[in-house]
Amino acid sequence: MKAFTYERAKTPAAAAAAVAGHKGGKFIAGGTNLLDLMKLEIETPTHLVDVQDLGLDKIEETAEGGLRIGTLVSNTALAADARVRRDYGVLTRAIVAGASGQLRNKATTGGNLLQRTRCPYFYDTNQACNKRKPGSGCAAIGGFSRQLGVIGTSDACIATHPSDMAIALRVLDAAVETVDASGATRSVPIGEFHRLPGDTPHVENVLQRGELITSVTLPKPLGGRHFYHKVRDRASYAFALVSVAAVLNEDGSGRVAFGGVAPKPWRVEAADAKMRSGASAVARTAFADARPTHENAFKVTLAERTLAAVMQENRA
Amino acid sequence: MKFETPAGANPIDAMKVIGQAVDRVDGKLKTTGQAPYAYEHKDVPGKPAYGYVIGAGIAKGRVASMNTAEAKRMPGVLAVVSAENAQPLGKGQMNTAKLLGGPEVDHYHQALAVVVAESFEQARSAANAVRIEYERGSGRFDLAKAKPGAQPLTGNDADTHTGDFEGAFAAAPVQLDQTYTTPDQNHAMMEPFATIAWWEGDALSVWTSNQMIAWNKKELAATFKMPPEKVHVRSPYVGGGFGGKLFLRADAVMAALGAKACGRPVKIALPRPFMVNNATHRPATIQRVRIGTTKEGRITAIGHESWSGDLPGGGPEVATQQTRLLYAGANRLTAMRLAELDLPEANAMRAPGEAPGMMVLEIAIDETAEKLGMDPVEFRVLNDTQVDPEHPERPFSQRNFVRCLQEGAARFGWSRRKAKPGQVREGRWLIGMGVASAFRNNINMTSAARVRLAGDGVVTVETDMTDIGTGSYTIIAQTAAEMMGLPVEKVRVKLGDSSFPASAGSGGQWGANSSTSGVYAACVKLREAVAQRLGMDPATAEFIDGEVRAGNRSASLAEAAKSGEIVAEEAMQWGDLAKKFQQSTFGAHFVEAAVDSYTGETRVRRMLAVCAAGRILNPKTARSQVIGAMTMGVGGALMEELAVDRRFGFFVNHDLAGYEVPVHADIPHQEVIFLDEADDKVSPMKAKGVGELGLCGVGAAVANAVYNATGVRVRDYPITLDKYLAKLPAIA
Ligand SMILES: Cc1cc2nc3c(=O)[nH]c(=O)nc-3n(C[C@H](O)[C@H](O)[C@H](O)COP(=O)(O)OP(=O)(O)OC[C@H]3O[C@@H](n4cnc5c(N)ncnc54)[C@H](O)[C@@H]3O)c2cc1C
Ligand code: SF4
Repeated sequence: MKAFTYERAKTPAAAAAAVAGHKGGKFIAGGTNLLDLMKLEIETPTHLVDVQDLGLDKIEETAEGGLRIGTLVSNTALAADARVRRDYGVLTRAIVAGASGQLRNKATTGGNLLQRTRCPYFYDTNQACNKRKPGSGCAAIGGFSRQLGVIGTSDACIATHPSDMAIALRVLDAAVETVDASGATRSVPIGEFHRLPGDTPHVENVLQRGELITSVTLPKPLGGRHFYHKVRDRASYAFALVSVAAVLNEDGSGRVAFGGVAPKPWRVEAADAKMRSGASAVARTAFADARPTHENAFKVTLAERTLAAVMQENRA
Repeated sequence: MKFETPAGANPIDAMKVIGQAVDRVDGKLKTTGQAPYAYEHKDVPGKPAYGYVIGAGIAKGRVASMNTAEAKRMPGVLAVVSAENAQPLGKGQMNTAKLLGGPEVDHYHQALAVVVAESFEQARSAANAVRIEYERGSGRFDLAKAKPGAQPLTGNDADTHTGDFEGAFAAAPVQLDQTYTTPDQNHAMMEPFATIAWWEGDALSVWTSNQMIAWNKKELAATFKMPPEKVHVRSPYVGGGFGGKLFLRADAVMAALGAKACGRPVKIALPRPFMVNNATHRPATIQRVRIGTTKEGRITAIGHESWSGDLPGGGPEVATQQTRLLYAGANRLTAMRLAELDLPEANAMRAPGEAPGMMVLEIAIDETAEKLGMDPVEFRVLNDTQVDPEHPERPFSQRNFVRCLQEGAARFGWSRRKAKPGQVREGRWLIGMGVASAFRNNINMTSAARVRLAGDGVVTVETDMTDIGTGSYTIIAQTAAEMMGLPVEKVRVKLGDSSFPASAGSGGQWGANSSTSGVYAACVKLREAVAQRLGMDPATAEFIDGEVRAGNRSASLAEAAKSGEIVAEEAMQWGDLAKKFQQSTFGAHFVEAAVDSYTGETRVRRMLAVCAAGRILNPKTARSQVIGAMTMGVGGALMEELAVDRRFGFFVNHDLAGYEVPVHADIPHQEVIFLDEADDKVSPMKAKGVGELGLCGVGAAVANAVYNATGVRVRDYPITLDKYLAKLPAIA
């Protein structure tokens, strides 16, 4: 870990300004991802701006009938909120399928969306990694890629985004609200928030330097039955091989997003339209452009079968 | 004392304390955080500095240059030690690779330097500032590729032939010939390798985390080219070892080097990735099993071959060992081949050889039973043997293997199992049952102890035996208590210190039986001394309820030591009973597993182990050993695999996020039954071990249950869903 300075910002705009004003500035929320990365010197901020005093820790109802989730709402609090459990069950289920109780107590909403990939080569600074060190190459391609992405990847990077929460947010059509150093705010649909790697896998989202996530908004409840099925090699405390977040109606229509397969929550609206034709039709559309490695080709089959399991549960 | 003839009646047989489910005597210290582990000791001369080890960033090649200038200038840095400026080191006997590499690099994360600083953070950050340039060499990292060039072995590892295997196999009406693989595995113990080292003059002291104190002392002496008497090793508490801590590792060597360089105690804990690529692992195997039987199911030919790899000078995974003894059959073959690989060092991990060997053999047995249309329990029972099949004149000391199978089957409800796989469904879940044999040999090692009786009537035991979470403190206290006629509370046990008499140490499931036998021997001597002090006849004196009784006289134990502490020291040594009798432990594992027919997720639903392992010294600690082993077995069956990068030569998933071991949610109700036994041919304790027995076969029982559930046979461990998903029933 490199030495760094530390401050606690008092207002969102001041926090944004503090990060924008420091060349090596970075926000820290729960620290559950950032600190690990700093210990390994994968992240080397020289100045940390702690956002925990910003008062962004409430869940409020919006004028549109949805919810506004402050960025500092912990994963535990979000999953436990009665309104979320009632109207956005997929979100609660996704969150509690992730990490561990202790981690979820610390992990925040914004931090969760910005957690970095779990590609093992990204974590080993002896290995080439375009995401960690732009232009150095990608050791994962041709290596141990069983956990990595099958779609949306590029020749520069095949990593996945590991968040469970984000998959549920994608199926719910959430939006990310931000503020920058000048105090300007914007709202970015979750589907446009994370970027595909292309030639610049180190650029993972649309945030500008110093731009602070203030909240995540949920549109008004969708109804339907909510599912989050996360498949992994052990029963708990592991990242997804594949996960399926789905909201299904009684007639079988609905929407679905896939986790564990791509650099961002994977949802293809054209595939949603096929829900009533069954899992195979949906998967064929959603994964039409899949480019798996020989080690992770099973994920395409698994995605289809997991969606089928969810559909079967919906019928039962 | 030498154990040369079967044990007659002795004070242990009273089983007032031995055999009782005594709570761990160190339990409270551990659950209240008062048992210090290696990194936490305060009894150190001076404020320790912190060391951070730099591991090689390549698997094979050389260090072209190492620039430490920037690191040395960083705040708090006291020293940077590498092969360039370290004293020339020797190498211990037990390690294959050098613990300090450079300029030659033998494997990934081999230690190349240590940075010592005032704080851990300073040391770590300076370590990251050391710039190393490498000349990459080409290495061999792929077992399958190296297999054709793998070499035969000699001595204990040489091929074995009994009868005419090839002929009998070819002639057998029922044949199985299959090849299986097991992956590289990591010990993944909770406590990392950790040491605090310091020098006083030319003497070296370490607090460390090690299973074998006497070996460690010798190896440190060899490494630093000094007399062993000048080395003091202490390891009173060990947070798991599983064989990984049998040997001296880089934490101790680098801490000692750092301490020498900065003239202060230095503490080092290896970070988790180093637990994988810097340390040792269980090597992968490729195994071929051939079994030929009569139509009635009698084995006429059994052959087991195994290929594994290690660094030059290393050894094989002895995966075929148990096949020599487990089942009857006149014509037999075992063979091991060793390939040279430039992966990190392969070495012992819990039940070395047996664990992967039984994972394979016991699938092969299941497959053979299926070919015969026989129940796999019955097939095993039919092929039981009471003698060493290679030397029929040599019986087992005690073998209640069949009872384990039969009692287990009855208890588990085995009769409800459907022989045809893929038949039982509960909603989306496919349900299956599997069985496998557990089989591990007993090993005895010389083990010494010192016992002291003080004027307050308290007996103190001193031996360099270790407690690696197994319960040694407790069973040793029970042994001394039984021998001296005391309650456990009147016994104090001190372990893990090289100034104490050398024990068997903890390994190869020899610890419990050997170390308590050493304590038994010392107590026999103490009883004689006590009786003499009291003027009683040592031959007839009885030690009961804190008293010594002979004839019509009795005196309290405390009285004997009133005029001064009585001390006795003795070692237990072993005659040739292990040659005359095959001494082994047995068991049967039963598993019920459910597989999601859609997603392929597997859940183990029930587990039962029935064990026959001689006298059980403490059913509570023994059960803990077995359920821990069963848990490890589930890991080995379903998830544990070090992923090899065959291009760059290292284990990629080198942390506990990538190397998955079971979590609570993976482990169902586990039941363990011990048969009521006492084996008089193994030791005066009449006990054997259970720590490795509990692991042998578990993986295969899980594999066989998954097969019974799905009808898809997977022969490559771990049995992850990607290997059978496409063969599961079609989905609606
Ligand atoms: C062992 C382990 C297992 C895990 N398993 C799972 C799992 O199964 N599923 C899963 O989804 N996750 C898992 N996680 C990840 C965990 O959910 C994330 O670490 C956590 O959500 C991050 O939140 P945080 O508040 O701690 O973020 P931090 O670590 O504080 O920050 C993460 C990043 O977000 C930035 N940031 C934080 N807040 C803001 C803001 N308001 N605006 C702009 N930038 C911001 C930081 O600068 C940093 O770059 C696991 C983590 C660990 C350590
Ligand atoms: S897949 Fe992406 S994160 Fe992984 S090594 Fe390649 S570039 Fe780095």
